[in-house]
Formats: sequence, C-alpha cells, structure tokens
Amino acid sequence: MQDNSKYLEIDNVFQTFPTPQGEFVALKNINLTVQKGEFVTLIGHSGCGKSTLLNLIAGLTKPSSGTLICANKEITGPGPERGVVFQNHSLLPWLTCFENVFLAVERVFGPPSKKVGKEPEGKVSLIQRTNHALEMVGLTHAAQKRPGEISGGMKQRVGIARALSMEPQVLLLDEPFGALDALTRAKLQDELLGIVAQTQSTVVMVTHDVDEAVLLSDKIVMLTNGPAATIGEVLNVELAHPRSRVSLAQNAQYQEYRKAVIEFLYTRQHHVEKMA
Amino acid sequence: MVSAVFHSPASSDLPGDQTNNAHLKQRQRKARQRAFLLTWISPLVGFALLLAVWALVALKSGNAFPTPWETFKQAYIVFSDPFYNNGPNDQGIGWNIYSSLKRVALGFGLAALVGIPAGFVIGRFEWASRMFNPMISLLRPVSPLAWLPIGLLVFKGANPAAIWTIFICSIWPMIINTAVGVQRVPSDYMNVARVLNLSEWKIMSVILFPAVLPYMLTGVRLSVGTAWLVIVAAEMLTGGVGIGFWVWDEWNNLNVKNIIIAIFVIGLVGLLLEYLLIRLARAFTFEDIKS
Repeated sequence: MQDNSKYLEIDNVFQTFPTPQGEFVALKNINLTVQKGEFVTLIGHSGCGKSTLLNLIAGLTKPSSGTLICANKEITGPGPERGVVFQNHSLLPWLTCFENVFLAVERVFGPPSKKVGKEPEGKVSLIQRTNHALEMVGLTHAAQKRPGEISGGMKQRVGIARALSMEPQVLLLDEPFGALDALTRAKLQDELLGIVAQTQSTVVMVTHDVDEAVLLSDKIVMLTNGPAATIGEVLNVELAHPRSRVSLAQNAQYQEYRKAVIEFLYTRQHHVEKMA
Repeated sequence: MVSAVFHSPASSDLPGDQTNNAHLKQRQRKARQRAFLLTWISPLVGFALLLAVWALVALKSGNAFPTPWETFKQAYIVFSDPFYNNGPNDQGIGWNIYSSLKRVALGFGLAALVGIPAGFVIGRFEWASRMFNPMISLLRPVSPLAWLPIGLLVFKGANPAAIWTIFICSIWPMIINTAVGVQRVPSDYMNVARVLNLSEWKIMSVILFPAVLPYMLTGVRLSVGTAWLVIVAAEMLTGGVGIGFWVWDEWNNLNVKNIIIAIFVIGLVGLLLEYLLIRLARAFTFEDIKS
C-alpha cells in the first residue's frame, strides 16, 4: 500500500548549474512532502528557482543530488502520470485545440497503452476523452480552432485540458495564469478549483501571486531568494472548501494567511534586485 | 477630421469657408493618385529608362548591337514557333527552357531527397553536426561549376554532369536551413514531447516536421534560385539542348538579338520560380506561439 501522506516526496534536493564562473547553486537542501489530493503552491520572487523545482518534479531536469519520489517510485524522467501545464501554454500552433489534446490522450490511452494493466482504447473512446477534457475547461465550441485563433486565456485552458486529459496523478502548473489579465485569471482560478474538487488531483503550482496562492492552496511553500534558494516557510491554509473569492475577501483568517505570505515575501525576503 | 485639416500642410492655402468634408475627399483622392503612381507608374518609368539606355547604346554602336524594336520583332518570331525541332542543335526556345527546367528539377529533386533528411539528422544529433559541419563549411563556398569536371569524369556524359552540378549547388542551402530549423524548434515543443513521452516517429511527424517546414522552404527557395543561376553556366559548358546552350550557340552565330531575348527569358523564369516558392512557403508558415 502506498502512503498517502507522503505521496510526493522531495528529499534533500540540490540543483546546481555549471557556468563559466563556476558552479551556480540554484536550489539547496529542498525537503518537501505532498499528500495525495493536496493543492500546494510554490511562491517566491522571480528567479528564486520555483520553476526549477517544478521542472525537477516534472522530470524534465534531474537533481544534482537528492531524490524525488512520486507514488513510491523515483522520478527519473517525465511521464504521463505527472501532467504539466506550461507557463506559455506550449500548444502546437499547427494543430487544432482538439488535436493538441488528442495527441496526449492518444499517447496515454491509445495503442499501445502506456497505463499498465489497461487495454488500449478504441478511437471512439479516445475522441470521447478529448471532448470531455475540452468540455471541462468550457472550450467545446473552440475545439476545431487553431491556437492562433483564440485568446490567451483560452490557450491556457487548452493547456490545462491537455494535462487533465491524461488523468495525471499529479498536476504540475508553472505560473499558468501569469500572462493573463486579472479578470480572466480569476475566472480560470475558479474553474481550476472546480476541476480539482471534481478530479481530486494532487496539484503543485508555481505562482508569484499572493491572493492566488491563498485562494487555491492547502499548503503554501515559500522559497527564499536565490541563488541557493531553499524552503523558507511552509504555511498550511486551513480554509474550508469550496472557497469563494467574494466571501473570503471579508474573511479574517484569509487576511491572516495573506499577511503571513506578504510578510515573508516583502519583509524577510527582499527582492533580489534590491539586494544587489 | 478636424485634425486632418489642422495637420495638413496644404490647409493654409484653402479658403476658410471650405468644408472639412470636401477637403478630406480631396486628400483621399491625392492619396489614391500617389498610390497609383507608386505601384504602376514608377516600375514602368524604370523599364522605360532601361529601354532608353539600351536604344542609346544601340544607336551609338552602329549595327553591332540591336535596338529594342529589332529585338522585339525577333522575339515575336522566336515565340511564334517555340516548339520546332530541327535536330539536337536547332530547337525552339520552348524546348530549350523545358530541357533546362528538367535538369534543374532533377538535380534539385535529388538534392532535396538527400539534403532534407541530412539536415534533419545534423540538426537533431550533435555528433552529426560536429561530424559534417566542417566539411560543409569547406565545400559550400566552392563554385558549383568546379564540380562539373568531376561530374563529367564520373558520369561520362554532359547531361548527368549538368544535373550533378545542380545537385551540388542546391544541396547546401537545403541541408543548412533544415538543420538550423531543427535546432531552433522551440524548447517548449520539445518539452511537450518529453512530458507526453512521444515516440521518435511522433516527434518527427507532429512536432519537428511542421516546425521546420518554413525553414526548409526557405532553403528550397534559395536552392532553386542558385540552381537556375548555375544551369545557364553549366549548359554553356556542356552543350546539348538548354537555355544556357542556346545563349552560347547564338553567340557563336553572332545573333545578339537572341542573346538579349534569352536574358529576359531567364530572368522571367527565375522570377516565376521564386514567386511560386514564396507562395508555397506562405501557405505552410504558422503563426508563432508567443504570448
């Protein structure tokens, strides 16, 4: 049986990059455990290594030392059980929204099936899965459009649909709403909350938006400034689900959490440029 | 509309009681006239200048150089029967253009067949680029005509030697552009491929090929341009039927009018090839994903 309280385990991870001036330590001594079904955000100033940590979890890069374990298996490379939503959506511009999602669905559920112990599914079932994923993000009407023909928010939703369609055990989001305007961002945050409640996914999300972190997370992981960033503080957000941004705006507890994160980011961790 | 009046340099010349609307219409008419002048009249003036210089040279040279009018009359004769065939050394201009295009198509097609896959391999794998880049850098600046004797030696025939020359000159732009295209595939796309764990075949067909296509078509366009330049020179040397040979043959006949006709024909065919490939490239270029 797998231990649900330690679903994702990051153990003493260091990440260094070689540079002409010698080794650059991006992350040092990262220790973190994530429970199954937990929503964790990584927050910190830009350049502190949030995305580096997320890439490590995704398996896109390998740690210089330390181990990352997901569902009792060491992470050695990217895999469909960890769905990634990239910062800049990364849709293939020559495929329609449907085809972009279908590419992922086909790979995970189509022949030859990648899911152990599962029969490969037929075309009809794959198309159903794709349509379902697009429906979840409210984009059924745009399925046959190319990414160039839809707005930034819609592109990001296709990116989320693509990640969700793989039925990942862990959903990794790298500043998914960073490039969007405030209203679109709020709408997508609400949608994401709904989807996560529905799918019970484990989520790790990188953000630099304090409100976003408090609204969405069960746990906020605050990173110190790089170089050699590490986890400065972990804040457990014990607000009841489902959460509504309107009622939370007046909530004293919400304000406390918000204050704690702001205090960490702006009082204890000055921005890098100010330090330099 | 108000600002149009205030900002117009001509507004001071107008009587004060003239309405803004009439003024605006006048401005629009002027803009249309200007656009017409620029798009249609300017090029015509350019060609007229060329003809004038040509006519002047022809008059000064006595009978040695044909006038534009004489050349035009000769062109009428040449194009009135473009597909006659009086043996291998005397054929209509249609046959000559056709033979040249056939050689270009063959040499160029073979070059695409070899160059594009080679470009993919060189772009995708570092060992391949390390292996072949120095060689390409060394051979690329060589004039394709320098390869003609090798072609004659190996293939023992003028026609395959000319095709070989076209092959050599077209292959470099195609290899280099394809390789650069592969290297410039956005890393985001490759990350998608890694996260989805796509097979090498899927990566090739769904990500690399569409991403590289615009680069590849640039290579193809450059190649066709060079190939068309080189075929004329190659045919002058090899003989047979072809537009380059025709130029050389007419020089031996001292028929300068036909040489001038050939120059215009070569230019026109080159222009058409370029135009077709630009259209093709435009049809396959997708908007970039920059958000």
